[in-house]
Amino acid sequence: MSVISIPDFNQTIPIDKVGVEERVSRLNKRSIKKESKVQALNLALSMIDLTTLEGKDSEGKVIQMCSKARMPYAPMPHLPSVAAVCVYPNMVTTAKKALKGTSINVASVATAFPSGMAQLQVKLDDTKFAVDSGADEIDMVISRGEFLKGNYNFIFDEIAAIKEVCGEAHLKVILETGELETYENVRTASDIAMYAGADFIKTSTGKISPAATQPVTLVMLEAIRDFYGDTGIMVGMKPAGGIRKAKEALQYLVLVKETLGAAWLTPDWFRFGASSLTNDLLMQIVKQETGVYQSLHYFSED
Amino acid sequence: MSDRIDVLKTYKTYVGGKFPRSESDRTYKVKNSNDKIVANACRCTRKDVRDAVLAARAASKDWSGRSAYNRGQVLYRIAEMLEGRKDQFIKELELLGMKSKEAIYEVELSVDRLIYYAGWTDKYPQVFGTVNPVASSHFNFSTPEPTGVVGIIASDTDPLLSIISLIAPVIAGGNTCVILASESNPLPAVSFGEVLHASDVPGGVVNILTGYREEMVDHLSSHMDVNAVLNTIFDKKTRKLIDENASISVKRVVHYDSKNWADDTHENPYLILDFQETKTTWHPVGV
Repeated sequence: MSVISIPDFNQTIPIDKVGVEERVSRLNKRSIKKESKVQALNLALSMIDLTTLEGKDSEGKVIQMCSKARMPYAPMPHLPSVAAVCVYPNMVTTAKKALKGTSINVASVATAFPSGMAQLQVKLDDTKFAVDSGADEIDMVISRGEFLKGNYNFIFDEIAAIKEVCGEAHLKVILETGELETYENVRTASDIAMYAGADFIKTSTGKISPAATQPVTLVMLEAIRDFYGDTGIMVGMKPAGGIRKAKEALQYLVLVKETLGAAWLTPDWFRFGASSLTNDLLMQIVKQETGVYQSLHYFSED
Repeated sequence: MSDRIDVLKTYKTYVGGKFPRSESDRTYKVKNSNDKIVANACRCTRKDVRDAVLAARAASKDWSGRSAYNRGQVLYRIAEMLEGRKDQFIKELELLGMKSKEAIYEVELSVDRLIYYAGWTDKYPQVFGTVNPVASSHFNFSTPEPTGVVGIIASDTDPLLSIISLIAPVIAGGNTCVILASESNPLPAVSFGEVLHASDVPGGVVNILTGYREEMVDHLSSHMDVNAVLNTIFDKKTRKLIDENASISVKRVVHYDSKNWADDTHENPYLILDFQETKTTWHPVGV
């Protein structure tokens, strides 16, 4: 890391708002048919971070969700399992146990998710607890208040400190783009997160609306591309929240392919943070296989 | 004679309380009985069927959960709105080649039929519900409950009256529906969508598609999220296709053999019962 020179984050990188939205809408028009569609649906399924982040979560629900993560749809056992499950720190042990013997990762949100309004020490302890419980991935939130004040060093140091506590665990940094107001801010936050050591950058907590949008995702993907160009380090991307339809998922895959190339089209470098998306993907896969439009009634909720 | 070229209206579909064009962007020409082109209608595809079923499913919870009394009010409101637009419908039926006297009769009968079913919404559960004698200390009763989403394949004859005779008992019973309007006479059906929109019917309870029947029947009747199919087409091949497709998810299928939509067999509470499921409750007593 020492050879990488850290840029001045106060230098705003201008983002062409109209251009970004135009490009997204053009890429959305791309038609994906038959075999490519089936392949993309399967790929999207394998990229899901199956998520439950609710105050009412129980061990039972987490165990149920983990069994769905292993085998998303029992009548089609050949379908891929999802990439990871994403839970609160106190559910990590439960999830870890339920997923024993699989390659499915356990991701845990940490650092006073979703607001991030806590002392650094509390956040570090929160992270440490999740890592000690066996989490393979940590989803942290940045302090948006400090960011909007322009306190970029604070953000950078915080991410770096959390990264240190993570150890072997992968660190995903949630920017909560719904609160960052502008694309320029999204770009700056992405750059800070990546230079501070993020393995993934993630759009949203899913608790704020708007959550993930495609233009925001494109801005972040371009940040990843530039970071890769400058440092040679690959960083992953995870849009989260609000992605419910298989069709949207495919549109995201097109954005990734066109911005970063095929190297990023694997669960190692791209994830969807979602829960209801899984069933829509499954319904589309079954539709492709049987030719019959499907009903949600035949798919398990968790 | 002026050289003016007529501006022919393109009738849109009615899905989820909105009036979208077909996803395919295709239309077809609607002709009257003299083979003169009178309008354009959307030529819907399987994807429009998919979207319509989605809308019907989404509306199902609210509509079936409303009080029977409220459903009656809404049906009555449709009748009121139709009465207010009588002239438009009479003109449209005449445009399709119907005599003025017949057209007036058809529209008026349509209004009356809606009123008829508006009256039944809070009465059919008493008539068809039962208290069952059981040999244990339980209070045991059965009540009819809506089947869910009903796919309706509408008739080519009496285009307005038939579609109302099909829709009214289905929605009176708390179901939502997707209708494939008559292929040759779709206009009254689509205009009826405008009436529904202007009355208090929540979006998605009634969805009306136009187009070539054979392009849509297969997908509607095989759709796993459709709970029942109501068919008025006599053609044997179509009936076989519907029966076979319905078997995939064990849908309720009703074929109507009616040729005369004006006769009073269409005013009958048993037609509501066609799309009801019986729920039986065992309630412990004396514990």
